[in-house]
Parts: sequence; C-alpha cells; structure tokens
Amino acid sequence: MSKGIKDKVAIIGMGCTKFGELWDKSAEDLMVDAFKEAIKDAGIEAKDIQAAWQGNHYTEVNIGHSALPSSTTLKLPFIPVTHVENFCASGSEAFRGACYAVASGACDIALAIGVEKLKDLGYAGLPDARHVMTLGTLYRIIWPNHTGPGAFAMMATRYFDRYRLDPREGKRILAHISVKSHHNGSLNPKAHLRREITVEDVLKAPIVAWPLGLLDSCGVSDGAAAAIIVRAELAKNFRPDPIYVKALQIAADSGESLMYSQYDYTHVEPTYRAAIKAYEEASIKNPREEISMMEVHDCFSITELITYEDLLISPRGKAREDVESGFFELGGKIPCQPSGGLKCFGHPIGATGIRMLYEIYKQLQGKAEARQVEDPKIGLTHNIGGFPTRAVASVTLVGLQ
Amino acid sequence: MVGIISFGIYIPQYRMNRKTIFTAMGWLNPVGVPGEKAIANSDEDSLTMAVAAGMKCLGPFDQNKVDGLYFATTTSPYKERESASIIAAALDLRSSIRTSDFTNSLKAGTGALLSSCESVQSKGARNALICASDCRLGKPGSAQEYAFGDGAAAFLIGSEEVVASLEGFFSVSYDFPDHWRSEFDKFDRTSEERWIRDEGYNQFIPEAILGLFKKYGLESKAVSKLIYPCIHPREHSQLGKRLGFKPEQIQEPLYPKIGECGTATSLMMLAAALEEAKPGDHLLAVSYGNGSEALWFTVTEEIKTKSIETGIKEYFKSGRELTSYEKYLAFRGILPVETGLRGEVGPTQLVQAWRERKAILALYGSKCNRCGTPQYPPQRICVNPNCSAIDEMEPYRFSNKKGKLFSFTEDHLAFSLSAPQMYGLIDFEGGGRFNFDITDCESGSLKVGMPMKMTFRRKYVDEARGIYGYFWKIMPVRE
Repeated sequence: MSKGIKDKVAIIGMGCTKFGELWDKSAEDLMVDAFKEAIKDAGIEAKDIQAAWQGNHYTEVNIGHSALPSSTTLKLPFIPVTHVENFCASGSEAFRGACYAVASGACDIALAIGVEKLKDLGYAGLPDARHVMTLGTLYRIIWPNHTGPGAFAMMATRYFDRYRLDPREGKRILAHISVKSHHNGSLNPKAHLRREITVEDVLKAPIVAWPLGLLDSCGVSDGAAAAIIVRAELAKNFRPDPIYVKALQIAADSGESLMYSQYDYTHVEPTYRAAIKAYEEASIKNPREEISMMEVHDCFSITELITYEDLLISPRGKAREDVESGFFELGGKIPCQPSGGLKCFGHPIGATGIRMLYEIYKQLQGKAEARQVEDPKIGLTHNIGGFPTRAVASVTLVGLQ
Repeated sequence: MVGIISFGIYIPQYRMNRKTIFTAMGWLNPVGVPGEKAIANSDEDSLTMAVAAGMKCLGPFDQNKVDGLYFATTTSPYKERESASIIAAALDLRSSIRTSDFTNSLKAGTGALLSSCESVQSKGARNALICASDCRLGKPGSAQEYAFGDGAAAFLIGSEEVVASLEGFFSVSYDFPDHWRSEFDKFDRTSEERWIRDEGYNQFIPEAILGLFKKYGLESKAVSKLIYPCIHPREHSQLGKRLGFKPEQIQEPLYPKIGECGTATSLMMLAAALEEAKPGDHLLAVSYGNGSEALWFTVTEEIKTKSIETGIKEYFKSGRELTSYEKYLAFRGILPVETGLRGEVGPTQLVQAWRERKAILALYGSKCNRCGTPQYPPQRICVNPNCSAIDEMEPYRFSNKKGKLFSFTEDHLAFSLSAPQMYGLIDFEGGGRFNFDITDCESGSLKVGMPMKMTFRRKYVDEARGIYGYFWKIMPVRE
C-alpha cells in the first residue's frame, strides 16, 4: 500500500518573474529570471541540481521540443531533464515529476521550472486548440470552432440552468469573484493586472463567450516560475522555513465528461477526484476548516465558482453564499487567490502551476507583504489543464511542518 | 413502371430582398427586379445542400438499398474530386454503388434524372438517388446576381411504389454560348440578354416541349403542370402562353421568392408540383441550358401515401432575411474580410480523414453491445465507467438522430463568418453526447433543452491546400 508523498519532500527555494505582456523578454530570459531567484532563495548553485522537469504547453510554436530549451539556457550540468506537457497544468506536472524523483530517492535536489511566452504567439487570448492542433488531428476536424472562454462559458450556461439562476443574477455572483481577485492583484507587485474593478465594471465589459465577459476572463501573460525540491530530511540544511509537500494529485479525465451523458457540466470531475485523493493523502478530514488559503485555477470566474464546490469547500450549488459572504476574500475564512489568481497575476500556461505554489510558499513564510494571510498553516493549489469536458486537474497541498 | 419513389427540396434559410442588392449595386446596374433570393449560409455549398435534400428525400428509406447516386451541379466545390461520392458517404450509402457527377450545363439536373431512370429501366440498378444543387455566383452588379438563388432537390428513382412514372422525354442539345465559365473565371460570362431570350430560351424550350408532344402524341391541354426555368418573370409567363398553356397549368417559378437555382431549378419545381399533384396528373419538367430537355411524368395513386416534411410553400413563407449585402459577399468569398489568426486553417491529415471517414462523413460512433451506451467518436473501450468492455462495440450512426441541447455558448472570440460562433453539446435521443458547432440559428435564441438535429456542413476551407473540410453541425429543429 502506497503511503503517498506526504512529508517526503520540501521546497527550499522558489522564483517567479513578474507576469505580463513582456514584449522585451524571451522565454529564455524568463527561465533565467525565475531560475536565478530560485537558486538564490535556496542558497544553491546550478551544479547542485541533479534532475529537472520543464513544463511548457505551446511547445512547437514557442520554446521547441525536448529538455534542451531549459538545459541549455540554464546550463544544467548534463543531468536528466524532462519536458512535460499537460495543457494548463503543465507547471504542476513538472513539479510533480521533480517531487516524485526526490521522493523515490533517485536524487536529492531537483528543479521544476515552467515557462510560457504567450504574447509571442500573436493572439489575444490563447491560440485556438483546434488550429494549433493541441487536441490532435482528428479533433481538428470533429471539434467545434471552440475557444477556451467558450468551453467554460458552457459550464456557466449549465450552472445557471441547473440552479435556476437568472443569467443576470448569475453574472453578478461571478462578478464578485473577479472583483475580489482584482483587489488582491492590486496589492501584488508581480501581478499582470493591478487595477481595482467594481461589479458594475464586470457586468458592463464586452461579452467574450456568452455569458462570460472580458472581466470574467484571466490575463493572458508571459512568465516563468521555478521551484527547488529536496528530500524532507535535508530541507532544514538549506533554510529554516522550508515548505513541505503534503499531497500531490493529478487526475486526467477518462472520457466520461465528454462522451458519457452522465456528466452535469456544472463541475470539473478531475478536480473533484484529485481533491478527494489529495485530502486523503494529506490526512485532511474537513477541508473547509483545515485549509488556510488557496490558489485555484480561475481561468474564468465560473471556473473558480465551481472549484469551491469541487474542492469540497462549499456545498454543491451553494458556492454563491460563500462568495457573497466574503468567505474567500483576503480577510475571509479561506482567502482564495491572495496573489490575484490567474485573473490578475496572469496565466502563462506552463508557469501557472508553479506560480501558484510560489504565492502559497511566500504566504506560509510570512513574506506576502500587503496581501499576507493571517497565520496560514496549509495552503492548496489547484490547476486545470484543458476544458471541462476534457480536463486534467491537479490538487497540491503544502504546509509548514 | 419506372419513376420517382420519393422527393425532397432543400432551400437555405437566408433570404435577401433584391432591394438590398439594388441599394448596394443599383448605382451600377439599376435592375428593378422585385422579390427575394435564397442564400446559402457561410457553411453551405452545393454539396452540403445536396446532402440536406438527399436526407429529406430518403426519409425512412433504407439507405443500404440505394444502388446509385448521381449529383448534378455547375458549382462543384472541387474541379476534380467527385462530389457524388462525398454526398454518398454523408448519406451513409453503400460503397458498392454507382456514383457520378453531372456538370457543366444547367440541363445536368434533368440529365442526371433521366440517366438514373434509364439505369433502373435497364435493370442496372434497383433504384438510384439523384441530387441536383447549385450555389451560383452572380458577379456584383450583374443581372445574374439578382436572379440566382441557392437550393437543391433530390429524387429517389425506382420501380416499386412509384409516385410518378417516367412516360417519355425529348432532348435537344446545342453549343449555345449564352453563358460560360472557363478555368480562368470565377464568375459566369454572359452574352447579350435579348439574343439569349430570342435565340436560346424562346427557341430550345419550345423545341423540347413540341418535340416531346410530337414523339408521344401529347397535347398541351393534357398537361397538368408545365415546369421550366425562368430568365425573367415576364418572359417566363409569355413563353408558356405562346405554347398554348393556361396560367394555372404553369408551375410557379422560383425566381420571385427563391431565385433561379441552376441545375436544381426544374427539379425543385418538379418536386413542388408533386407536393400538390393528384393521381393521373401529367407533369412536364423541362430544363434549359445548352439546349433543353423535357421529361414527362404521370402521377400514380402512390402519391396519396406521401407526407411532405417541408414543402415549397413553407420555404416560400419561411426564411430569415439577410439584410447585409456585405455579409452576403463575405459568405461567398467575394469580399475578403479580416479573419485574424483564428481564421487561419491548419493542414488536414487526409490519410486519417480517409481512415476515419465513417466517423467524419457519416457521423458514426459506436454502441457498446454489453451496456448499450452509444458514444462518439467511436471507441474500442466503453466509456461507461461501470462497463469498460473492450472491443464489444458495433457501429452506431448519429447523423440521423435528433437530440436536445445540453449546453451552449455564443463565442465572440472565435472567428466565424456567421459571428458570433455558436456551439454546444447535444444529448442524442437514445443516448450519446458530443459537442458540435451550431448553425442556422439566431443569436439569443438558444435555450438549454431545445430540440436539435444534425446537418452536414462545410466546416472550413483550406485555400492554401485546396481542401474543403466537411463535417456535421447541429441546428434547431424548426417546428
């Protein structure tokens, strides 16, 4: 019987670039910036790293295939480097690879780095999955003329229908989620979008994919983030306040959500499955009481709303009550997106999973400045790749020992 | 007895008032023609309209019993690649059949109809489906732009349960250059209108009709409906009158409400006449183009058993007005529009498209023999988590299933010539779910749970590689 990852590995250093439309920075620049901060934070050098994982999504039209983009840029010393891709969860996948390698005992120090240079691709929003063939060549023919916002908009359509929410009322609830993230983002110097907004701003914003508007959608950004992982028992040799991994779960859809008509399209099944396993792995009995803060995958406001339910924080159909009571705001019971989230910190696909950890890591160490959550113990990150009907989802729990 | 077993008309939803064309182009060519013309949607062409007419014509008829498919058009998407075989695949016909494209002349429609009757008469086939469809481009500012409409008709020809038997025909053939289009031309070139009227239209149609009368000893008073195309509403009525036909004997032309639909015109009018026909009626379907062809049908008692799904009268009444002339030009590729990167098209893997042709063109998924779950695209391992049977599937066709809209969006980010791009998931009756583009649907009209059906459409055009990507979309069921 496996015992899981709990307390086997720790993060001893992290780096994260500012996210944004970084027209004058290359993907290589961003990797170096994140890496430089991470090794400095850990107090190590490149030669100390024994294995590395690199997460990136738009590989063909961005950094190129294989491990070489990071190994050659970072001058990693002829070590095993693995390129991983799992849609928007590619960063979490890189982190999982590094953690598993260290936990297995195959190495003592591993690097996880995620990078994406979306703004080189020439699109407002993400490139069409069908066009750049990230769904494969058959789906290029049989898949609708689909964008990310549209895929998640269909979840809002269902959610409003299922819980009998008038679309105007539904949009108003969702607007609170964006307003909260913009407030947090305004406090974060590395965030892409740093402007406070109002509910009225969200409701007035142009529709991107009905019922979702521009301010229901996250930033499309460039950025990189990196983490240095060591065996837990070595962690204190590097720093007094390492952060320990309590759970690390990724669930990939079996195809049911798309092809089997039992799926309700008001949740993301892989999130729910990964959450159950993560809580079990971390021995968390009551997540609503035990989790101090969360960074979740708010690619769109509706995604954050249903994630509260998928993570068993809010009961099904009741997330609106927690939204309206301020439960997820910075001063609330479980602050969500203290960084500003994908919404405002930004969303460079391959970097996002590690960027979420960066925020939780800084919060647990008490270094989050104006947006510091009070006395956090356990932080959760949640990262989705793909669409609600065809998704991978990761749930990671980390804490101070 | 050989003749028509079944028939179907398809006319696209959009109508353009000719005043809209006049407003845009009247400064150049002030043609004062009243009425409307039917316009194919941005994802339709002669091939997809043929599939729509073919589906209506076949109805519940077992498609495995169809022995041939003949397609008539002057507007094939491909110059070389048979449209008939794409249509046959979309209609899920067997591969052991004859297919052929009849093209390059407006009389190709009656030509295909006659050839299919002859195939059955000679016992080369038990039956054959013919589809005639056209989506002709009128050059902006031309008389053709006012006249042309888009539409299709399909007939199932056989020797059993015939509703109208072919009694005879008469053909005349001339190399009459009233209009032509070479490989260098996007639009038809035309000769002088008065010459066409006097030396072509008013000569060949009478020659075919009188030739048929003489051949079979038939007289105009015996004819219940005379069907022939229209080059101008006034000329149309006068031609019949000169031949001794009363106005009530002349089938209402398509020109005023739909426009002239090329090779499909006479066939659509024949189908329209059959919708109203009584046993014993004699129908004369005449085409015009490089000569003329007259086909004589006699309606049988079987006509009483036919129910019409959407008849010409509904098409005359229905339709959604397209008020933007510029949008029409963009639909037809006449006006280049900014598509952005999202309008760019990646390559199609033709090897894969061939291998998966049943799934793509005929919309076959699979159905689990153990648990009965239908699924799309076809799977080898059952998607039902409580079943997971491996290799216990049978092919399962979705294209003929209706369903309910499970969810949807209107996407303003995706590029579409019919923006906003609508798409959604359909729950098929009998099980199965997948997501498709939604077409022929007004913004703001979608509701969760509304009834939907499948329609075969042109999903993309890859101009760089000369590929048309055809696939199925969903559309609201118009009750």
